[in-house]
Amino acid sequence: MLEGLLIGLQTAFSLQNLLMVIGGCLIGTFIGMLPGLGPMSIIAIMIPVAISLGDPSAALILLAGVYYGAIFGGSTSSILLNAPGVAGTVASSFDGYPMARQGKAGKALTIAAIASFSGGFIGALLLMVFAPALSSVALLFHSAEYFALMVVGLSAIAAFAGTGQVAKALLMTLLGLIMATVGEGALFNLPRFTMGIMDLQSGFGFITLAMAMFALPEALFLVLKPKDLSGENSGEIKDLRISRAEAKSIAPVIGRQSLQGFFIGVLPGAGATIASFLGYAVERNIATKEEQDEFGKGSIKGLAAPETANNAACTGSFVPLLTLGIPGSGTTAILLGALLALNVTPGPRLMIDEPQIFWAVIMSMFIGNLILLILNLPLIPYIAKVLSVPRNYLIPFILFFTLMGAYIGQNNATELLLLVAFGICATALKFADYPLAPLLIGFILGGMLEDNFSRSMQLYDGIAFIWERPMTLGLLVIAAFLVLLPSYRARRARARQDGVADGD
Amino acid sequence: MALDRWIALILLGICMAYGYAAWFTMDAQLAPFMRRNPIWPSTFPKVLSILGIAMSLIILLGLEKSEEKIGEIDYRRLGDYHIGQALFLLGLMVVYALLLRPAGFLISTSGFLILGSFILGERKWHIMVPTAVIATLFVWYLVQQVLGIYMRPLPGFIGG
Repeated sequence: MLEGLLIGLQTAFSLQNLLMVIGGCLIGTFIGMLPGLGPMSIIAIMIPVAISLGDPSAALILLAGVYYGAIFGGSTSSILLNAPGVAGTVASSFDGYPMARQGKAGKALTIAAIASFSGGFIGALLLMVFAPALSSVALLFHSAEYFALMVVGLSAIAAFAGTGQVAKALLMTLLGLIMATVGEGALFNLPRFTMGIMDLQSGFGFITLAMAMFALPEALFLVLKPKDLSGENSGEIKDLRISRAEAKSIAPVIGRQSLQGFFIGVLPGAGATIASFLGYAVERNIATKEEQDEFGKGSIKGLAAPETANNAACTGSFVPLLTLGIPGSGTTAILLGALLALNVTPGPRLMIDEPQIFWAVIMSMFIGNLILLILNLPLIPYIAKVLSVPRNYLIPFILFFTLMGAYIGQNNATELLLLVAFGICATALKFADYPLAPLLIGFILGGMLEDNFSRSMQLYDGIAFIWERPMTLGLLVIAAFLVLLPSYRARRARARQDGVADGD
Repeated sequence: MALDRWIALILLGICMAYGYAAWFTMDAQLAPFMRRNPIWPSTFPKVLSILGIAMSLIILLGLEKSEEKIGEIDYRRLGDYHIGQALFLLGLMVVYALLLRPAGFLISTSGFLILGSFILGERKWHIMVPTAVIATLFVWYLVQQVLGIYMRPLPGFIGG
C-alpha cells in the first residue's frame, strides 16, 4: 500500500496532472453553479477533451476534478440564489439560503467549503482503506459472479435511483442493454441489429448517447422554462470568517456525515442526492430542541450536514467503480465509459495492473479538495459572476459544446443527427418521468454483462452456472429481492390505506 | 392515456421488433459450427426482448400504481413554455449538422452561435457577432492545434 501511495503521489504531483486537477475543479465549479446543468452533463461535455489527452490517469483526474468541482459549485448557487445547480445540493439550500438572506452569505459559503472539504477528505481516506480490501475480495470472482454482480448493480439502480417507479427504471435499463447489443459484439464479430446501416456497425457512440441523455434535455429544459437567475441576490459576499464556537458545533456533524455519506455513496443507485437529504434529516433528528427550531431558518448544522454528506458520497461512489468496475451512478457510469474508451478496464485488476491510475486518482482527490478550499473559496465572489451571464448567450454555447463533443468523438456528421434525434427522445422520456441514468448505465454495462454471461455459458455449457455456483445464485436472489421489494412495500402500504378507509 | 403509457406502447413496439429479429431472423445467418456453441449471438437479445416486453406491458397496463406527479415541466401545458424557441434551436442543430462539412467549421459555428442567441431573443448585434466569432476561432484553435483533431475550417470550394 505504501508503495502504491508513493506511485500515486508521484503521478498526481506531475505538472500535467496538477494542472488537470486545478482546471477540472475550476471548470466544474464554474458550470456546476449554473442552475439546470448537473455534473453528468458537465462531465459528458468534458469527455472528448479528457479522451484526447490520451493518458488515462490524467483523464480520470480531470473528470473527477470536474465532478467534485460541480458539486461545490452547485452548493454556491443553492446558497446565494436558492437555485441549486445540482440535485445533490438541494438540501444545502434549506439552511444556506436563509443564511444568505440574513446577510451571512460569506459565512455560509465558508461553512459549505469547510464541510465539503472535510467530507471529501475523509471520504478519500476511507476510499484508501476500503477499495483495496474490496478489490482483493473481488479478485476471487468468476465471470458468473461478475454477471450476477452486474445484475445486482443494475437492479439496485433501478430500485433506488428512479422516481419510485421501478418498472420505468427497469424498462430504461433494459433499453440501455438493448442499445448496447447494436453493432458488432466483441465475442461474435457478427454485426447485430444494424438494419444494414453502415454507421451502426460499430454501435451507438457512448459520448453521443451521454450528451443526448443529459446535456441536451437539460439545455432544452432551460430554454422551455427559463429559471430566474437574478433572484434577490444577496449582492456582496463578505466576512468569510467563522467563529470558534461555530466550528466546534459543526465538527461532530461533519464527522458523522462523512462516514454516513461515504457508505451511502458506495451503494449503487444511492449517491450524493440521497446522502445529502438523509444527512440533513438525521442531523435534524439528533439535534437538541433549540437547535431543531433553527433548522430551515439558517442553522449552520443544517448547512454543514448535507454539504459534508454529498461530498463524501461522491467519493464513496468511486469504490464500486474502481474495485468492481461497476458504476453505481450516472456520473460514475460516464467515467467508466471514458476509461473504457482509453483502453483501461476498471475492476479488481486495476490496482495490480495499473496502480498508478488507481492511486493517482485517490491522491488527486486530496489535492482537488484542498484546491476547492484554498483556491475556490476566495475566488467565489468572482466566480459567482458567471450567474449573471445572460442565458441568450449561454444556451447556444451549451448546445454547441454538446454538438462538438459528439463530433470530436466520432468525426462523423451523422453522429450529430443521431445526437439530436436521441436528445428529442430523451426529452420526451424526461417529460414522462422516465429516469435516464439507468439507460446510460445499462448501455455502458451492456457489453460487459453479455461478455460475462457468454463466458459463463461457455464454461458451464448452458445456464447451469446459476445454480452450480452458490454465490451467483445468492447474488441473483438479492437482485430479484431488490426489484420486488419496492413494489411489495407500495402494495402493502396501499392495502393498509385501503383498510383504514374501509374501517371508517 | 398519459404520456408515459404512450411511451411504453412505443417501447413495446421496439422490444417486439427487436425480439422478432432475435428469435426469428438472426439465427439464419449463423455458421453451422457455431450452432454447437451453448451461446449464440441471439441468446442475450432473446432474454432482453422478453424482459423488455414484460416491463413495457406492466407500465402500459398500469399494473404498477403510482400517483400522478407533475415534474419540472408539465407536458400537458407545453404551449405555456417557450416551445417555439426550443423547436427552432433543434432545427438549427440539424442544419448545423448538415452544414458542418460543406460550409466549414468557422462559418457554420459562428452562424450557429449568432442564430442561437437570435432565436432566444437577443438583438444586440454588436455583442453577439464579436462574441460568436471570437469563441469560434478560439474553439477551432483549441481543437485543431491543442487536441490535434482535424476540422475543415473553410468551405470546400475555397480550399479549406
